Amino acid sequence: MQKAVFPNRVLPYLLLAPQVAITIVFFYWPASQALYQSMLKEDPFGLKSKFVGLQNFTQVLGNPDYLNSVRVTVVFSVSTAVLAMALALFLATAAEKVVRGKGFYRTMLIWPYAVAPAVAGLLFLFMFNPSMGTFAYLLRDAGYRWNPLLDGDQAMLLVVVAAAWKQISYNFLFFVAALQSVPRSLIEAAAIDGASSTKRFWTIVFPLIAPTTFFLLVVNTVYAFFDTFGIIDAVTGGGPAQATQTLVYKVYNDGFVNLDLGGSAAQSVILMAIVIALTAIQFRYVEKRVHYA
Amino acid sequence: MSIRSLILSGVLAATTAMPAFAQTEIQWWHAMTGANNEVVDTLAKEFNDSQDDYEIVPVFKGTYPETLNAGIAAFRAKQTPGIIQVFDVGTGVMMGAEGAVKPVAEVLEAAGEKFDKSKYLPGIVAYYSKPDGTMLSFPYNSSSPILYFNKDIFEKAGIDTASPPKTWQEVFETARKIKESGAADCGYTSTWLTWIHLENFAAWNDVPYGTEENGLAGTDVKLELNAPIFVEHFKELASLAKDGVFRYGGRTSEAKQLFLSGECAMLTESSGGLGDVVKSGINYGIGQLPYDANAEGAPQNTIPGGASLWVFGGKSDEEYKGIGEFFKFLSQTDVQQRLHEKSGYLPVTEAAYEATKKSGFYEKNPGRETPITQMMGKQPTENSKGVRLPNLPQIRDIENEQFEALLAGKQDAQTTMDNIVKLGNEAIAEAQ
Repeated sequence: MQKAVFPNRVLPYLLLAPQVAITIVFFYWPASQALYQSMLKEDPFGLKSKFVGLQNFTQVLGNPDYLNSVRVTVVFSVSTAVLAMALALFLATAAEKVVRGKGFYRTMLIWPYAVAPAVAGLLFLFMFNPSMGTFAYLLRDAGYRWNPLLDGDQAMLLVVVAAAWKQISYNFLFFVAALQSVPRSLIEAAAIDGASSTKRFWTIVFPLIAPTTFFLLVVNTVYAFFDTFGIIDAVTGGGPAQATQTLVYKVYNDGFVNLDLGGSAAQSVILMAIVIALTAIQFRYVEKRVHYA
Repeated sequence: MSIRSLILSGVLAATTAMPAFAQTEIQWWHAMTGANNEVVDTLAKEFNDSQDDYEIVPVFKGTYPETLNAGIAAFRAKQTPGIIQVFDVGTGVMMGAEGAVKPVAEVLEAAGEKFDKSKYLPGIVAYYSKPDGTMLSFPYNSSSPILYFNKDIFEKAGIDTASPPKTWQEVFETARKIKESGAADCGYTSTWLTWIHLENFAAWNDVPYGTEENGLAGTDVKLELNAPIFVEHFKELASLAKDGVFRYGGRTSEAKQLFLSGECAMLTESSGGLGDVVKSGINYGIGQLPYDANAEGAPQNTIPGGASLWVFGGKSDEEYKGIGEFFKFLSQTDVQQRLHEKSGYLPVTEAAYEATKKSGFYEKNPGRETPITQMMGKQPTENSKGVRLPNLPQIRDIENEQFEALLAGKQDAQTTMDNIVKLGNEAIAEAQ
């Protein structure tokens, strides 16, 4: 490879500077603040603070509520990612088969992505809140005991569906693009060999769109981890009895409702470590199994 | 929800309201929604129209906890508003922030007003004062929990509307009767279980919530909420929930909706919720907060809820003078009287209470004096002065989580109350 030589030694750094500045201001600086805060015990107003070393971390990790929150996060993220991706893939394959009005269907399916998480949460709240939700009334009239305010499993179901619903459009868009890039000739050849459409899908199409699936898996996991705060806050507020309190929600609740800033910072540092580890694992191991055409 | 749009409109109002000339602008951060939000805006407008030197700018900051957080964040960023409304349970947090706040007594003096404690209702002032008697915050909206009932549903079920149930036992029995008669699908619901069924339940029945006079005498508090009277009460509530007679609406005031929509026949809620009940147009009646028939000396007195206005430290003399003037304006008898009659919040001055009595308002509106008489009726005991913990919001969180597990049938009442005491005590010790 030829070595590119820039005549100006300063210019490249200048061009990079805005990006670096943004990263420092919006990532490294807050991250270092969180790290610093996690070793302090401080009153809410910051009038008195005391250095306590790793005490916040030992307290957080020894707290059964925190372990429950880890479990909740895993259940929530896996369910949301699987549901959002499975439905999106189903819709994308279905949309591929439509002959007339393809564009119309696609546009309609992409729309929900424009909805902000908090708004999506409120939509579901208005539909399913036991005090005022239309669907809640219908469910109750049908004799079903619908009460996500007390039933933790129902509450979890509600936030998973709301979170997945919002993400389906995004996944749909990528799956449609991936499906279009699968060579027609391969599918036609398989059809001539007598492979059924189910078989064609699982042996040809699915492996060929694996890179997209992998990419979406990463995106959806990150989404379920971090971008669903608005939905959870609007729909369940982490309740009932912590049944939907994900790690991110707990950081907020402990820090901003219970005003335990040190403990909350310690949790966000742990969260940071988890995300770094998850991303590393995904790229090192899972990616190796993905077949890039 | 309307909260989001209200935030938006609040922000818009704050940014578009341009002072006409050299006025001192004073921001007032608050958490009032619905009918009570209108009252806030009206008061600010009236004060601004009454003089030219100061302008009060109300800014809606979300729920009570959100408003408190906004204030804390603002303090850390050194961008504090002049006035912030902090809910009752945040009182301990604010009191701990010595140096961050300026006692209201001093602010009133800045406006040339000699602060006279005897002008204010004693029960309310005591709650917002330091142990040495200095009043720290201005009691803006004080309320006390009362029983609301739907007269139409009562009549349908054949229950006398002239004598609403007085004890919890009667409430539970009536609720069952209503459900069985089919007059309503749900007999009873309640907002704020922690405030009504624990803090006020303890005071009203004259039993301790915790040691150290519920935290007023010292911070090393041990909760005493697993006493038999609490366990029995929640056992009954859980059994009603199981049969669908009691319906849980949520941790704060969500359950009000169940009453306003006519689904639930009875509701215990803050007297401050009255504005919305009136607005909904349902045929309602008011009774005093129920007490436990087995409690000796009950009913004692209820403790104030609601919120008070705190003033941040580090402002200019000019701003303090303006805030003092505004508080003087709020203390005026006619303003207090109107506030009380319109919103259901309690008047904070003796004079306003007397004026309301004289005007014949209570004769025309039976039940409206209830929240005051139940709070003022008796000299408070050490169980009924109030509950003050450095981390009461967190304790309420623990209590709510345990209640949700109980009402979902996951654990029994004894376990619930034992857990509250155990987890609560740990959290209190941690917050020392």
